[in-house]
Amino acid sequence: MKRYSAFAIAREATRYHSGWERAWRAPEPKTKYDAIIIGAGGHGLATAYYLGKNFGITNVAIIEKGWLGGGNTGRNTTIIRSNYLQDPSAAIYEKSRFLYETMSQDLNYNVMFSPRGVIMLAQTHHEVRGYQRTAHANALQGVPTEWINPQRVKELCPIINLEGPRYPVLGGLWQARGGTARHDAVAWGYARACSDMGMDVIQQCEVTNIRREGGKVVGVDTTKGAIDCDKLGIVVAGHSGDLANMAGFRLPLESVALQALVSEPIKPAMDVVIMANTVHGYLSQSDKGEMVIGGGTDGYNNYTQRGSFHHVEETVRALNETFPMLSRLKMLRQWGGIVDVTGDRSPILSKTPVDGVFINCGWGTGGFKAIPGSGWAMAELMAKGHSPLTDEFGMERFIEGRFIDESVAAGVAH
Amino acid sequence: MLILNCPCCGVTAEETEFHAGGEAHLKRFGPDSSNEDFENYMFMRQNPKGVHLERWRHNNGCGKWFHAARCTMTLEVFGTYSAQTYEPPKEICDLISAKRPGWSWGAFS
Repeated sequence: MKRYSAFAIAREATRYHSGWERAWRAPEPKTKYDAIIIGAGGHGLATAYYLGKNFGITNVAIIEKGWLGGGNTGRNTTIIRSNYLQDPSAAIYEKSRFLYETMSQDLNYNVMFSPRGVIMLAQTHHEVRGYQRTAHANALQGVPTEWINPQRVKELCPIINLEGPRYPVLGGLWQARGGTARHDAVAWGYARACSDMGMDVIQQCEVTNIRREGGKVVGVDTTKGAIDCDKLGIVVAGHSGDLANMAGFRLPLESVALQALVSEPIKPAMDVVIMANTVHGYLSQSDKGEMVIGGGTDGYNNYTQRGSFHHVEETVRALNETFPMLSRLKMLRQWGGIVDVTGDRSPILSKTPVDGVFINCGWGTGGFKAIPGSGWAMAELMAKGHSPLTDEFGMERFIEGRFIDESVAAGVAH
Repeated sequence: MLILNCPCCGVTAEETEFHAGGEAHLKRFGPDSSNEDFENYMFMRQNPKGVHLERWRHNNGCGKWFHAARCTMTLEVFGTYSAQTYEPPKEICDLISAKRPGWSWGAFS
């Protein structure tokens, strides 16, 4: 792999940019790999990357039904934060946020990580108490966050209207090192690094069956033929239930649509990320100038990657009150993704009843921020059989009653 | 946007009048049940790609609960039926089978 650098740009500028190579190879599948990862989204690619980087396992294939990063990795609103209430969540999300800080250098690929700061608005007294509690919990966890008053919110975000009649701003939970990153670049950067380590990223290849012998996985059948493997990682977000079905076990998941939309591009107006959980509105401004808005989930099971219009309407209506200038903006695009939501709104990173099959799912509405940490932990789980970051996230927690109840902490899916 | 017919009051309306209530025909288990049964009831869901039997409430109408048969891949609603039943009625099963031959939902088909 040729490294990207200022010198490379200068060199290519002298020869009509004819020397750039493809960022990753497009190989045909081999007959056998040490490990197969199903799903070439952020989490799957990160898992493969850390399998190679941290554990030297490079005979790996990453199999993708569609195209690389074309699922929820390319559909989210790119918010990165780690201000969680529960210790296991804070540990994995903070690991993730920490890895984002140096990801561009580590991957030699500009993921445009922008630690611009995240404010979670408190718009009810319940949220005020909840976020103050989270700020204290974060202090104990070593995650720098801060409770700020409405005047400080206004300083950080001048376009906000503090005195909305329905949703007044009563303060906020401020994480200065939170921010955003370019979501496609995260997937592309990992894919390039994986390909460079000799791993095969195989796109347009759907898994149709998971073959088992004596309670152990031996391989998968795909639309490009049968492939054998010793270990299998299922990292497919919304379609996890379907894959688990092929492997013969069930998951405590439901798949629903989550929607987002962007406005026409405008000049820089807001240089922080705002999350308003009460009204399910998540707002940031992209580098292109579009206001990026995330909404809430639909209430019913759905695999269609589109949601109901009235959820978009509810989000925008509520955000208009808090950000009056948004009312003059035209919205350019709107889309949906299928997210898998667990009973306690926390992810599952776990061994499964099938020997050699590992699953990473249930990130629900907030998986993008967790990509590097999730990959790091999942790689350790697959290589060593356990990881301190995933111990609490096993699927047996539902039968044992050891929930990681972020749905109570956040008041909403998060 | 889904359009549903409430079998309790007969009104046909779009989904903002209703509230989704999750999977239907769950068998309930209480404190005396085994851990597996309770986990199954509490957390495990079919979450199918395809035909889904589910509960809805006519929130902004008669306020009553009912069941719907719907496809999660196409959002097509096959029909709605009373919630006072342990299994979908034959005419709903026939409606689904006509469009999705060979479908199954646990013991029903």
